Amino acid sequence: MIELSGISRDFEVGSKPVHALRGITLSVADGEYLSIMGPSGSGKSTLLNIIGCLDRPSSGSYRLDGREVARLGERDLTLVRRHKIGFIFQAFHLVPRLTAAENVELPMVFAGIDRAERARRAEQVLSGVGLSERADHRPEQLSGGERQRVAIARAVVLGPSVLLADEPTGNLDRQSGREVLAVLEGMNANGLTLVVVTHDPDIGGRARRLVRLADGEIVEERSSLGAAGAAVSS
Amino acid sequence: MTAHDLTSFSARALRGHRLRSSLSLVGVAIGVTSVILLTSLGEGARLYVVGEFTTLGTNLLIIMPGKIETTGFAPVFGGAPHDLTLDDAEAVLRRVRQARRVAPVALGSAKARFGERARDVTVIGTTPDYLPIRQMHIQVGRYLPSGTFGQGGRVCVIGPKIHEELFGATNPLGEMLRLGDERYRVIGVTAPRGTSLGMNVDEFVTIPVAQAMRMFDQRSLFRLLVDVNNRDEMDAAKAAAVKVLVERHDNVDDVTVLTQDSVLSTFTRILAILTAVLAGIAAISLTVAGVGIMNVMLVSVSERTREIGLLKAIGASRRQVMAVFLVEAAILSTAGGLVGLATALAIARLAGALYPTFPIEAPRWAIVAAILVSISVGMIFGALPARRASRLDPVAALARR
Repeated sequence: MIELSGISRDFEVGSKPVHALRGITLSVADGEYLSIMGPSGSGKSTLLNIIGCLDRPSSGSYRLDGREVARLGERDLTLVRRHKIGFIFQAFHLVPRLTAAENVELPMVFAGIDRAERARRAEQVLSGVGLSERADHRPEQLSGGERQRVAIARAVVLGPSVLLADEPTGNLDRQSGREVLAVLEGMNANGLTLVVVTHDPDIGGRARRLVRLADGEIVEERSSLGAAGAAVSS
Repeated sequence: MTAHDLTSFSARALRGHRLRSSLSLVGVAIGVTSVILLTSLGEGARLYVVGEFTTLGTNLLIIMPGKIETTGFAPVFGGAPHDLTLDDAEAVLRRVRQARRVAPVALGSAKARFGERARDVTVIGTTPDYLPIRQMHIQVGRYLPSGTFGQGGRVCVIGPKIHEELFGATNPLGEMLRLGDERYRVIGVTAPRGTSLGMNVDEFVTIPVAQAMRMFDQRSLFRLLVDVNNRDEMDAAKAAAVKVLVERHDNVDDVTVLTQDSVLSTFTRILAILTAVLAGIAAISLTVAGVGIMNVMLVSVSERTREIGLLKAIGASRRQVMAVFLVEAAILSTAGGLVGLATALAIARLAGALYPTFPIEAPRWAIVAAILVSISVGMIFGALPARRASRLDPVAALARR
């Protein structure tokens, strides 16, 4: 359960303050599928980084599974990232010198999970994304879609409660993009909360719930199940 | 994160840029090689000197007339209130319980002549005990006859060099050797021994001590060599000898007693300083190597900024990121240290084969220290890059192109 309340994020660019987020209030229930859309510079990535505990809000409250994490120290944030969050990036961010299986094992290495258990779990999640055959390949030997699926396997291997994807199909052709989305949505169908940041309306429209940002504010929020298009300003 | 996981992760990262890694490794190797080789040289010099002193005879007290305040060598010509006489020597032998042998030594130089050939030689006047005390041996003939303490006939024992130069192929035994104005019958030749403490004993001519003192008109002995029963009694023997001599010299303490240890320790101290200086010079090259490692690690951190961002995003703590980079630096420097050690030992062995007389030996402490130092070089110079990596902001790091 993600509960954001009055979240702001200010940067200093030169000496000029930039308000990337202004008072975002948003809740995402367990198992929900939410997409965040908006033009570039609207603050959607910043919002995702804050949800993913990569960044901290300048003000406001962020409760993740009931725990206030907005003011946590570096050490605790590391643990939240490790156990609660799975992150997927546009650029995949696989470690080039490691095989697919080793990339998937990486979070478990830092979590101190032993070798045999790591191999077992990596095997499991790789087959879950349909890449058992490619476990020994290095990223350069994989297609873009395969790389992103390895990245998804890595993101979910420690059993997070939230899966966050920042333009997951941005570097992929349509076909691969569809496959990647299918994998992500399959994870969501199995109960994992999924938040996707995108500027592609086709992708954003697939989510059951959509939030549109502009200038750091939520300007539209709609649910595909209910009445569409209720503009909300906060 | 286990140590094994950490090292294998770091080692793979290093393999990712082999050339850079091996160059900085070579830097450390050169540093370690020079540290070990230079300390080996210093240590070799020390062992050489120790070896020289050991040939002087172990458990030796060297008594000389006159008082010098510092340890080291007494001046050859020193005024003393009382002479060191043959009677003194006899008294020491008789009354110092710990003394096994005593050899009085008188020293001078004379022109030696046999037939047409002549040369200047060092003449030693002493007694039969001199031979075992100096651990010398007779090649042919015999040494000075016993009972030559107070007198002794005109006989001499020559060194092999004298034999060669003055007698050539002639058998010297029984021949008359002219020393200054006097004629001495050659009764023996000592076995070759070579240089000991800068004096070539192969060029000595040895005659009975009383003859030498008379010939050179000396009233005082040059030295009194006392061979002590065993090493533990050195201090007691020294005290007893001084007591005997002070008593005989009207209660004036006017002799200097050197032990091998005291002379040796002076040398050892000088050589230890020399070794330390050499090691210090070599350490500079290790420092340079450390800077090389720092440079490589800084490049690595900036190249792998996005990877660092990722590691943080998947839950690597600051400490773990720091450990990854520290271990990389430590692997580099340790491997460099081991390569350097192997190189140094190989060179030392080669030098040992080429110059067998000069003992070049890597002291064990230097080997251990070189390895420990090279690890610490990696840790110290790796600390700044590792710290920089651990403090990167994950969002900025991931966004870096």
